[in-house]
Amino acid sequence: MRAFSKLFTEIDQTTSTNEKIHALVRYFETADPKDAVWTVALLTGKRPKRTVKTGELWTWCGELLDMPSWLFAESYHMVGDLAETITLLLPPSEEHIEYSLHQVLLSLIALGDKNEAQRREYITSMWQHLPPGELFVFNKLITGGFRMGVSDKIVIKALAKHFSVDENIVAHRLTGSWDARTVSLNELITIEGDSADISKPYPFYLAYPLETDPHELGEVSEWQVERKYDGIRGQIIVRDSQLFVWSRGEDLLTEKFVEFHPLVGILPNGTVIDGEILPMVGDRIQPFHVMQTRTGRKNITKKVLQEAPLVMLCYDLLENDGIDIRHLSLQERRQLLEEVIMNAKHRLNDLPLHLSPIVQVDSWENVIAERQRSREFNCEGLMLKRKNSDYKTGRRRGDWWKWKVDPFSIDGVLIYAQRGHGRRANLYTDFTFAVWDGDELVPFAKAYSGLTDKELVEVDTWIKKNTLDKFGPVRSVTPLQVFEIGFEGINPSPRHRSGIALRFPRILRWRKDKTVKEANTRADLLELLKAQL
Amino acid sequence: MITFNDNGIYCARAGVYIDPWKPVDRAIITHAHSDHARWGMKHYLAHHLSVPVMKYRLGSDISVQALGYGEVIEMNGVKISLHPAGHIWGSAQVRLECNGEIWVVSGDYKIADDGISQAFEPVPCQHFITESTFGLPIYNFPAHQSVHDDINNWWRQNQAEGKNSVLFAYALGKAQRVISHLDPSIGKIFTHGAVDNVNKLYIENDGYLPATQRIDATVDKKDIQGAMIIAPPSASNSPWLRRFEPYKLGVCSGWMQLRGTRRRQGADRGFVLSDHADWGQLNVAVKETGASHIYVTHGYKSHFARWLTDAYHLNAREVETLYTGEQADDTLDLEQADNKSDESIQ
Ligand SMILES: [Zn+2]
Ligand SMILES: [Zn+2]
Repeated sequence: MRAFSKLFTEIDQTTSTNEKIHALVRYFETADPKDAVWTVALLTGKRPKRTVKTGELWTWCGELLDMPSWLFAESYHMVGDLAETITLLLPPSEEHIEYSLHQVLLSLIALGDKNEAQRREYITSMWQHLPPGELFVFNKLITGGFRMGVSDKIVIKALAKHFSVDENIVAHRLTGSWDARTVSLNELITIEGDSADISKPYPFYLAYPLETDPHELGEVSEWQVERKYDGIRGQIIVRDSQLFVWSRGEDLLTEKFVEFHPLVGILPNGTVIDGEILPMVGDRIQPFHVMQTRTGRKNITKKVLQEAPLVMLCYDLLENDGIDIRHLSLQERRQLLEEVIMNAKHRLNDLPLHLSPIVQVDSWENVIAERQRSREFNCEGLMLKRKNSDYKTGRRRGDWWKWKVDPFSIDGVLIYAQRGHGRRANLYTDFTFAVWDGDELVPFAKAYSGLTDKELVEVDTWIKKNTLDKFGPVRSVTPLQVFEIGFEGINPSPRHRSGIALRFPRILRWRKDKTVKEANTRADLLELLKAQL
Repeated sequence: MITFNDNGIYCARAGVYIDPWKPVDRAIITHAHSDHARWGMKHYLAHHLSVPVMKYRLGSDISVQALGYGEVIEMNGVKISLHPAGHIWGSAQVRLECNGEIWVVSGDYKIADDGISQAFEPVPCQHFITESTFGLPIYNFPAHQSVHDDINNWWRQNQAEGKNSVLFAYALGKAQRVISHLDPSIGKIFTHGAVDNVNKLYIENDGYLPATQRIDATVDKKDIQGAMIIAPPSASNSPWLRRFEPYKLGVCSGWMQLRGTRRRQGADRGFVLSDHADWGQLNVAVKETGASHIYVTHGYKSHFARWLTDAYHLNAREVETLYTGEQADDTLDLEQADNKSDESIQ
């Protein structure tokens, strides 16, 4: 654990990508190989299943501390991370014992078959024998979600450097399912062959948001323009007469997405298609919440299948006839993709695959106009892809840009405020906003980001002077201040009093120029919702 | 004897406010940080080390009476004296006594000796007004010498990598504390104008600091190599920093105890160094006064008051103030930085 904890501290203490890569390379050079493969697994999001419940940690830690439970709860609220809260609250250990990372992980996995008393015994004994840095890392391992500020790209670069293997190859080898218990890092990265996992997807190429004027991208003719869909990015793989459907989060969704099952025998073996999985009725893309009725459900009924039938809008071909073609230009790949889809259509009438249409444009003005029409198609904006670009790994600038439409916006009235975390614990930074429903204000959104530090202090002072009531950490304030709230989408939601739920709400502006009466109404929100359906 | 009103903490009998946030006739100031020493009072009273900073910040024409620690004055039968608060140099607790009733207004304080401010002295009383900036048990600050060692090691390491070290510390208090613990044998120490102004006041009135050089038009960029630069946090994201490239950025603050805060700061290193009391110190301070009535101001007021009630059965309650704690000890630095940002290196 010491080496891993040291690596963690080094990475945590720098914001420089290069230094993070160096820290990893140094680590790989000296780390126990059994530990190193676990480190790669953890850093790329392949952590073992949790075997200890949050509630248990909470109880066990509470028992060790001489502290009322409300104070423990408030501490947790402030830190926002249970692992760190426990680390800060536990008394420092008196004797330290050295454990190796893989030992600890195997012990944690083994806890899955143990009873509560045994789990408690193991965890609390570790708590009393780890120095602070390792204690934090240990608690992070138990509670999961351990990303430690390292992107897959950084891990890939470090491994490529350490093993002197091409980055794209490393990236591909790291995807798919492998098990740190059975494979060594050396085997995983350097050994090719039949043992290669046929389910393995390619790492996704991700676009950067376009923040400049599109004219700066050069000739419009060098660019392929498509719509930006709001579904699930995925890869459909057919190899050895087997189908695999992967999401960008690297979840294997083959079982859930039954619509694609007929593709075995239709798509040739050795085909990998990149695209967006969406519910589509006729040729109409359905809004995102319809998709959620599919992903959120364990059992898929006939009714759901009819209401939200899935298709893939295909925009790229990564493997053709079993050959990795990511180095070809987009134009060449698109041509091959069109052939693959056409051939498949001949074999299956009701093919759940459609080509992502290319938006025809001959000037940037066309592109700008097409972007404005995005919502008509239930799309988020446009994708601009350079026609002669290869298919890269991860998020890279230059060849792929996403250009979203401006967010929806609504003017809401500030009605509740709650204190922030950490540095902002003294400030009221979490706000609830309301719209008019007749002469009543109904809450419709919570938002905290979007104001400058200066504005936050100003709002905070105003809140303290205009508090109507306090309940716990929340204050209600005189409804006087209007804020413009931006959001990406709007869904019906019976759970909320306003009847709607917003996607990614945030504060765009403090509208000091507006009076409360000028704020929007619930009817305005329902109007936006209707326009989407 | 003491009440809390819209102007601040008030002693009606003596006709005086302590750290008021609105203009009043007479104000006793615990220390010169911007949220405690505000502009617009007709008459000020403060420790003699706070006076030069107050004059520098509020104007040299303010009417201010200086007092030493332990010196007693009387206002309409109320005996008033100042006692070391250990927060920054010149910081004081205010003790008020009348007819056997004793109140102590502690302002901002810490118990841990920082080696530069006169160390905190517990003052027995019945009524104690305490801050609670770090009034949660997650805040347990490391021994300050170990943090200063970390800072010097960090400086050495950056220097070895051919980089400057830029360290953010509040201009008043924290900056002098940090500089006095730097190892000048490592390299040159430079200061932002806002820090240098306060340093000069410190050296004139209180004590010794290692030699530092103010960043202004006379400094040649070539001379800034492997150096330490002390700047107020308000310099962050400003073009002023560019001249130090390549550099590493460190931040000194109690908030650095939390990883989330460290990361959001966008700094390379967070050093847990505060001029406020941590959880343990707050508890010790309250117990040592022997007071049974506790009034909790800025910070985790409601939590700390509830804890004092639960754990020690004290009569503790929270008091609404406009003091802002560690994050805003810097607001005046900000104004200073804005005013003086015309200094540049050619
Ligand atoms: Zn202060
Ligand atoms: Zn204060």
